[in-house]
Amino acid sequence: MLDTTRRVATPEGIELTLHLAGPVPRALAWAIDLALRAAVVLAAMTLASVLGTAGWGIALLTLFAVEWLAPAWFEVLWHGQTPGKRAMGIAVVNDDGTPVRWGAALTRNLLRAVDFLPFLYGFGLLAMLASRDFKRLGDLAAGTVVVYAPGRSRPRALPEAPAQRPPFPLTLEEQRVVLDLAERSASLTQERMEELAELPTPLIGRATGAAAAARLLGIANHIAGRR
Amino acid sequence: MKQAPFEAAYREEWLAFERFLDAPGVVQPAFAPEEMPRRYRRLCQHLALAADRQYSPELVDRLNLLALRGHHALYANRRRQSQRLADFLLAGFPSLVRAEWRVVAAAALLFFGPLLGLIAVLQAFPEFVHYLLHPAQIASFHDMYDPANRRLGMREADSHLAMFGYYIWNNVRIGFQTFAGGLFAGLGTVWFLAANGVIIGAVAGYLTQIGYGTTFWSFVSGHSALELTAIVLSGAAGLRLGLSVIAPGNRSRKASLVAAARPAVRLMYGAALMFTAAAFVEAFWSPLTEVPPQAKIWAGIALWAVMLAYFALSGRARGTR
Repeated sequence: MLDTTRRVATPEGIELTLHLAGPVPRALAWAIDLALRAAVVLAAMTLASVLGTAGWGIALLTLFAVEWLAPAWFEVLWHGQTPGKRAMGIAVVNDDGTPVRWGAALTRNLLRAVDFLPFLYGFGLLAMLASRDFKRLGDLAAGTVVVYAPGRSRPRALPEAPAQRPPFPLTLEEQRVVLDLAERSASLTQERMEELAELPTPLIGRATGAAAAARLLGIANHIAGRR
Repeated sequence: MKQAPFEAAYREEWLAFERFLDAPGVVQPAFAPEEMPRRYRRLCQHLALAADRQYSPELVDRLNLLALRGHHALYANRRRQSQRLADFLLAGFPSLVRAEWRVVAAAALLFFGPLLGLIAVLQAFPEFVHYLLHPAQIASFHDMYDPANRRLGMREADSHLAMFGYYIWNNVRIGFQTFAGGLFAGLGTVWFLAANGVIIGAVAGYLTQIGYGTTFWSFVSGHSALELTAIVLSGAAGLRLGLSVIAPGNRSRKASLVAAARPAVRLMYGAALMFTAAAFVEAFWSPLTEVPPQAKIWAGIALWAVMLAYFALSGRARGTR
């Protein structure tokens, strides 16, 4: 239904679905990381000013480490997440959905230098918009994608309602749409739910408002196999 | 089977699997770790069934998530890093450099060509340096390598550690940029290699010509082998990326780039280690004036010999990998 997913076939013969993260959450994650990096560098520089000349060596080493190595280090050890990515609930994985290792993590983070050009990730953004999987150039070369981290989705329960048989057999796709709506109902306002429930007139007949919503929930419960 | 009975039948299994993943390495896991692959396959089967029978998206998503986490847990790499590092240094890296000799040679030509050429040219036409370097730059190099200085290559007040930090931050960054520039069809790499070759050649040629040769060469010889080779190898890695985009052969450009990135980034591991070692030498050994200049120059030449032997011979017995 949505095109921001990537399906990965595993050796076990199933397809896993990865939910790709677009430019906006990634930019926010980057901004959070930038703030943290700035804080670390600032702390190092404060320390450096106390230590004198030798301190500047430490400050520059810190600057180098947080600029080039820290993102890759976090991505390898924190299941593909830098602090910013963790805050945004996104993570880097290999194209096949496996966790990134040093090779891929370093590739994508060293090539960040190119993505950043000509300013503020201009090329990176172009590459992301041009590729199906929102890959910046570093991702293309490293064979990685940024996805919503597993564990983010909250469980959505189908609200209990007396099962109602639909007036005619539904195709699988139609069943799925009804189920999807019923599961989303908790996160919708009552008015919006009723509005949406009034749309499939062949299913709900002349019912309107709350009655239509209740009827659709009943049908969803029937599809789910509840009695 | 409808969804509700399906869920009821297997819920316990899924919960156990989730508990197992939630608490890795605990004393009492939800089930014995050796059961994990079998349980993972069962979960995969449930996911396939749920998707095929068009159960609710919520259930499919939940199973997908569990399977994804199981996939991560099962296929994570657990090989010891320390052993791999030793392996890489003793055999993997030199073999890789030999296997990629074409790009290494091309990068060396692009870098050493202008460098050596300019040193030669500036001996005959010293005023040519003004086309290449700013007067302020020339003045600062003058200052750094003045034989009257007590410390070489740095001003009095600088400490070794400060310079080490500076060399790491600056030189490794140049190496990384040289590599990353390869993504622009290799042009960025060519530019960085040639530009650095020109600058270094201009400085070396100029200082030799004005008679600061002893101070200059005794300062740079120690770290030159490691640092210059590291730049060349960064360039080789960048060219590898660039070539994969220009001439992908019988693959798609994307697949070719991904395939080229693997050896390229391994070259970069080695180059980064060499830059670090070079910065260490440059900060702590090269500025010493207690050691006679001749000894430092010979030490530098010896390091070149050792390094070339390392790249020529090391790891041959184990074959390329």
